Amino acid sequence: MNRRHIISVLVENHFGVLARISSLIAGRGFNIDSLTVGETEDPTVSRMTIVTRGDEQIIEQITKQLNRLIDVIKVTDMTECAHVERELVLIKVAAPTAQTRTEVVQVVDVFRARVVDMSTATLTIEITGDSEKVDAFIEMIEPFGIKEMARTGSVAMGRERNGKSSRGVEAKVA
Amino acid sequence: MADSGTVKTADNRAFWRRDMEGKECTGAEILVECIIREGVDLMFGYPGGVVLKVFDELYARRDQIRVVLPRHEQAGVHAADGWAKVTGKVGTVFVTSGPGATNAVTGIATAQMDSVPLVVFTGQVSRELIGSDAFQETDAIGVTRPIVKHSYMIERPQDIARIVRQAYYIASTGRPGVVLVDVPKNVTFEKAVFEWAETVSIRSYKPTTEGHPKSIQRLADAIAESKRPYLYVGGGVVMANASDHLLELVNKTNIPVTTTLMALGAFPGTHPLFAGMPGMHGSKLANICFQECDLVIAVGARFDDRVTGKLSAFAPKAKIAHVDIDPSSIKKTVKVDYPVVGDAHWVLRELNKVVKPRQPNEWNRMFAEMKETHWFRYRPSTEVMRPQYVIEKIYEMTKGDAIISTEVGQIQMWAAQFYKFDRPRRWLTSGGLGTMGYGFPAAIGAQFAAPDAMVIDIAGDGSIQMNIQELTTVVENRLPVKVVILNNGYLGMVRQWQEFFYDRHYSSSVIGGLPDFAKVADAFGAKGLTARTHDDVVPVLEEGLAHPGPVFMDFHINPEENVFPMVPAGKALDEMQEEEWA
Repeated sequence: MNRRHIISVLVENHFGVLARISSLIAGRGFNIDSLTVGETEDPTVSRMTIVTRGDEQIIEQITKQLNRLIDVIKVTDMTECAHVERELVLIKVAAPTAQTRTEVVQVVDVFRARVVDMSTATLTIEITGDSEKVDAFIEMIEPFGIKEMARTGSVAMGRERNGKSSRGVEAKVA
Repeated sequence: MADSGTVKTADNRAFWRRDMEGKECTGAEILVECIIREGVDLMFGYPGGVVLKVFDELYARRDQIRVVLPRHEQAGVHAADGWAKVTGKVGTVFVTSGPGATNAVTGIATAQMDSVPLVVFTGQVSRELIGSDAFQETDAIGVTRPIVKHSYMIERPQDIARIVRQAYYIASTGRPGVVLVDVPKNVTFEKAVFEWAETVSIRSYKPTTEGHPKSIQRLADAIAESKRPYLYVGGGVVMANASDHLLELVNKTNIPVTTTLMALGAFPGTHPLFAGMPGMHGSKLANICFQECDLVIAVGARFDDRVTGKLSAFAPKAKIAHVDIDPSSIKKTVKVDYPVVGDAHWVLRELNKVVKPRQPNEWNRMFAEMKETHWFRYRPSTEVMRPQYVIEKIYEMTKGDAIISTEVGQIQMWAAQFYKFDRPRRWLTSGGLGTMGYGFPAAIGAQFAAPDAMVIDIAGDGSIQMNIQELTTVVENRLPVKVVILNNGYLGMVRQWQEFFYDRHYSSSVIGGLPDFAKVADAFGAKGLTARTHDDVVPVLEEGLAHPGPVFMDFHINPEENVFPMVPAGKALDEMQEEEWA
């Protein structure tokens, strides 16, 4: 069964690591929805968050192949645990009249998004949320006419309860 | 291969250590000292503009490290590959930037596909020129990224010692492979204080050597329950030097064994429980056993498509156990019931402690019966020269004790089918990538590794031309490598497929303008012999194998020979075609 998986990858913060990961994904023919990368609390370590789809066997191969790269420290499938997921999206939407502006702003309010820029013909909106929220927002705003859109891709983190963190399932070693 | 996160410097080279600790040295001095400290006393190197400082240092250290000049970088990498396979150590190659690096690419891909431990150093233009399309600049790391285990660019001379240590460690541990180290010219001139770490530890690289006791116990239980167990042994057993443990396991449990193309010699080829090689050109016996067994025990093998045939019809009655050091090999193509991640040596040793002895049963009786009828065979002839006969004679004359390398195609399959290997590390072939031009340079590496051994390259008239320039290397270095050319005037395997599947349209598979290979050898200063008829085979082999120097033996075999049995691509293992017996 094809499911959406968020895979969190801790890697050495070296030159060329991103190239290794993207080359692996392309070379093995894995499909990905998004890939983000940034520094962690330890400046020698970067976190990559990969959103991908596939059945169990494909996801297992992706995590194993990632683990096989020398620069990869740890691979975690966040989908298997309680986690928070966020993505930031900027959307420039057509709003040439006062009425459309009002309507767009109503949608923005309901989704707790923000208007961050405005011109006579457009509104630029920032929205943060998990993929479901973002997708629902885009669906609502689409009829107005989306001129441009930029998505950061998802990042995720395990939830913490009573001092115990839910760290997801570290990719199984067989 | 190594036990933990640390490696010791090879003791035998301690003598050659220079006292450089704490002293300021050039990058070239540090680099060569580190390579020597890794225990390297032989490397294959081809110089060029950006690596001259390093070759100057190699000249200064020529009493401690021998540099062999191949005639093409690809051949240099194959030679290091052959050397590594025979010695079990890490092979070393040094080439220049640009074309030096790109010529090495086929050799690198070949070694990586077959998990051969190599460290390949490529020169690089100076740092300030990188990215400017400078003369002989190529992004060697970018070009080789998908075909190496890991790669490094040395950015500062103070990083050299750490990177060289890590490179040799990574190449030789876990599932072995190729590590590429790109060395910009400026780094070889710049100075740094020499610092050497005795141990290596990489936080993101901790290969699992020790198989989990519980999963090993589950495997032992599965063997105890199985009525028809079958061992499917791959190259991992050779790499891990686990042949003795394998033989002990078989002696204890009487389980029949097939070894993949890469693993020939991991289990004695003359053992009664040996099923031969499996797969597309495997023995009928080996393939039928897959289809009839109830437990496949894969050790260090990877369920290659050339072995399994049509996946959905592979081993239909069997549960699958898979022992491999590379977790990503497990469940890559087939569903696995009993996975064990670990080094084959470790796992087999531990398995032998817990596995219950098993007496021969009905399965063994069936196996012994099938071995009589389902083994490799060919119709003998005195009218035409059959290639299988040539291989059989080589086997008899060398008493099965030669180191055999091969090129790729029909000749590779005949050699695999008709030469029986009783010991590991005597068989060098490009299994994964299937590289024509591999065998001759690999034989050169093997002869350096085992100077007194009989080293024979089994070649075709097509493939020998892919690295024939190495005749100069064998003559210059007085290497008594023997090359057997099974000459049919075709790219034989391509022709065979065209005969079967493309209406006999021999498109580009006819090799016109063939030279007289004996004269070619003669022109290079080697010995050349030609066998034109069946009756010439034995005298030519006798003369050629007895000659103390390098020899080309050109055998004009029956041109339209085919390799049988054959499981056509995409068919199940029991849908094999066999030679017609008129």
